[in-house]
Amino acid sequence: MSPAGDVDPVGAELIGVARRVVGAAPAGEAIEVAVARGRRTTVQVHAGDVESFTSATSFGIGVRVVVGGREGFAHAGSLDPDVVADTLAEARDNARFASPDEHVGLVEPDGVEPVPVDRWSDALLSVPDADKVHRALALERAVTTAPRIRTVRNATWSDASGWSALVATSGIERWSRSTACSISVSAIAADGDDTATGYGVDAARDPGALDDERVAAEAVARATELLGGRPVPSQRVTLVLEPRLAATVLGIVAGTLTGDVVAKGRSPFADRVGETVASPLLTLVDDPTDARSLAADEFDGEGLACRRNVLIDDGVLRGFLHDGTSARRTGARSTASAVRGARGLPTPGVQALAVRPGHRSSDALLAEVGDGFVVRSFAGLHSGVNPVSGDLSVGAEGRMLRGGQLAEPVREVTLATSLQRLLLDLRALGDDLTWLPGGSGAVTVVVDGVALGGR
Amino acid sequence: MIDTDVIERTLAAALRRGGEFAEVFVEDRRSTGAVLDDGRIEDLSSGRDRGAGIRVVVGGTTGFAHTADLSEAGLRAAADAASAAARGSGDSRGAVDLGRRTSTGGRASIRPEDVAKEAKVELLSRADQAARAEGGAVTQVTVRYADVRRRVLVANSDGVHAEDDQVRTLLSLAAVARGDTGLQTGRESVGRTVGFELFAVVDVEELARTAARRALTKLAARPAPSGSLPVVIGRGGGGVLFHEACGHGLEADLVAKRASVFAGRRGELVASPLVTLVDDGTMGEEWGHIGIDDEGRPAQRNVLIEDGVLTDYMWDHLRARAEGRPSSGNGRRQSYQHLPMVRMTNTYIGNGPDDPDDIIAATDHGVYVAQLGGGQVNTATGDFVFGMTEAYLIEGGRITEPLREGNLIGNGPEVLTRIDMLGNDFAMGHPGTCGKDGQGVPVGDGTPTLRVTSLTVGGTAA
Repeated sequence: MSPAGDVDPVGAELIGVARRVVGAAPAGEAIEVAVARGRRTTVQVHAGDVESFTSATSFGIGVRVVVGGREGFAHAGSLDPDVVADTLAEARDNARFASPDEHVGLVEPDGVEPVPVDRWSDALLSVPDADKVHRALALERAVTTAPRIRTVRNATWSDASGWSALVATSGIERWSRSTACSISVSAIAADGDDTATGYGVDAARDPGALDDERVAAEAVARATELLGGRPVPSQRVTLVLEPRLAATVLGIVAGTLTGDVVAKGRSPFADRVGETVASPLLTLVDDPTDARSLAADEFDGEGLACRRNVLIDDGVLRGFLHDGTSARRTGARSTASAVRGARGLPTPGVQALAVRPGHRSSDALLAEVGDGFVVRSFAGLHSGVNPVSGDLSVGAEGRMLRGGQLAEPVREVTLATSLQRLLLDLRALGDDLTWLPGGSGAVTVVVDGVALGGR
Repeated sequence: MIDTDVIERTLAAALRRGGEFAEVFVEDRRSTGAVLDDGRIEDLSSGRDRGAGIRVVVGGTTGFAHTADLSEAGLRAAADAASAAARGSGDSRGAVDLGRRTSTGGRASIRPEDVAKEAKVELLSRADQAARAEGGAVTQVTVRYADVRRRVLVANSDGVHAEDDQVRTLLSLAAVARGDTGLQTGRESVGRTVGFELFAVVDVEELARTAARRALTKLAARPAPSGSLPVVIGRGGGGVLFHEACGHGLEADLVAKRASVFAGRRGELVASPLVTLVDDGTMGEEWGHIGIDDEGRPAQRNVLIEDGVLTDYMWDHLRARAEGRPSSGNGRRQSYQHLPMVRMTNTYIGNGPDDPDDIIAATDHGVYVAQLGGGQVNTATGDFVFGMTEAYLIEGGRITEPLREGNLIGNGPEVLTRIDMLGNDFAMGHPGTCGKDGQGVPVGDGTPTLRVTSLTVGGTAA
């Protein structure tokens, strides 16, 4: 988000909508209004033809009201004045039924200056629809013409541009705008009766930054290398996680380090600040001021300037991510980690997670590990991780590693450990820092002693 | 919701540049929710989303646009955008005549908007107290209440003109217990396609005690085994198995794209002869119940697998049209901002011959799963996983110790043939949200107690 100074016409319009609501607050009532407007185009192609072309504009407004320590919220998908008025009335009515809670409320500006981040690409707005279609079709063709590829389930182009504004009675007034585009393809490889799938995706703010060739090559490689995969016997293995998968796992870890779950006694890492919770190799930060991250931003969901927050430093737990409410509840300060859309209340969350790289290449790590299991995809993460207990059990596909070389493909196995053990069992980190479509930056990670369940 | 002549003019505009099919989908959704967490009522929220999605089909291409502006001008603009997106280049189809509008739904006897918020909040407090009363080790209780009233109107250039009024009400609980082994979670939920009258037949305190007992039981749980074992799944708990193992693979869009292991297998024996699998949108009050699907087609009961033989897939309008057959009423979408696709409704396996106690007694060493969590499937390979949220060891034909959480993994076509015992104690399971291509829709499932001769259990014990 940007300060309201150099506001563009759409941003000014959204701020105007928000100001009119906030202006209705009588003394003793705090109001915060988030307003959003977005445009998106999605092109899906299949079998050499456009399957669907979606073009749409959408709106959102979320109103938070705090009166006497009671908080209420309402949202709507329209900025029509009657809808906006109803939304405020509903939020006020909801506040009447909440428990009084001294910790809820809006944040006050804290004087931290934002680090400028440019998240806008004019070039994206001028891409003709025909080019989007052409790019998706070319992507599909590049995959289907590869050896052993039977078909492509979907090849997709999508782009979005959005504006948002946040105005609150506490004096916060922000607006922002951003663009994003992505391409993805899902390939199905076949060899006789055997099938395997692989996915490729890239995302960027600017269309010129998308690497279509790499996306196609990754989808093909991932699908074909798993052909013939089968379960291996149950065993303890050393896991090698490529950056994409390391980011997924570390994102789950970081989710247990957010202030709300800590305050409510639902994190396995609550009360452990200052203790060694991970291998000394691990330094984990959440840094939305790092412009290399697609999730970089100037302000958080409550309008405070984003900042670099160290979660784990050389294996020692340094702190948690807070929004205003979780900070007050735990006697901390907001770390400007409020995450939200217009449709929901802010909650503390991860914005741009990054791991400090190690000093060896991923190839050197594979050689050093010798024997292990190189994971290519996880399945069932949403049901397989209990963020309260830390237990983790997921399905996986990948390749066995034998003598430092990628060996037979493996499917239909489970991997189990706990988040707590995984952090301590981390043996090595690669130097291959990779910024992922989700906004996190990760490297190849090697973890010892994970239970693989198979035949 | 909108005058018939306005919709007719919008459809005509959508086909102004040609095309075989146009559709207007109007939705007005109101939702409320409340959360009790850590002893406090918080996160009271209300939502209102109202708009229309318009699609135009030209050859194999669908153009789609949506708008929150339901004025005739707003609908017209969306129709123009959808038409342009479909890249139509022919002549206007002319006028569209809609038949008389049919109406379904609206059976909720107590609509959400007629319930005082005090009454919703009071449920949460009662549940919180009941859960905490189960034991001092219960340290955290979260209770969520949610209701949604979704009114939809679907009209298309084939003359379909139907509206539905869907009310759903949900209560879910999570209790956290603390013990020597750390923190353990127990869950319970109830959700039906009804209004607040749900709570005249559902005992909120009992749900809360169940969630709390699950958490307390798990404090003594040992790590789950890892590897291939016989797995018995309790009544009502196994629906998600079939949802993942074969339900998604029987969706005609995935079949047509050759992204399903069940493509081209109609008429073949694909499962144990014990298995008859049904998807039934007409099951009144169940979580996946609909009056019409989101393409205006009346919900129906579809037999997918009968005595182990694959009888049919599930169909939406576009896939059915391509095959010259009627839709099966499975065209669903998350909201007016989404395109419909083939989705399940309530998916279940009917009763079998076995006494559930006999199934456990016949199992020497295995895992009993009382409650499954969410799952995921790769339809192209059939590989699926799902979580066990409440599970026990079976030793010597008896249920013994509780197990910690873990995933189960298997391959759909293989697992279907490995069902060797099926109970006579059918029950529906918990309300679910099924995700596909980024869209979530409410679904139900159900099974009797059943046994799979081997599934891979993803525990940490050797």
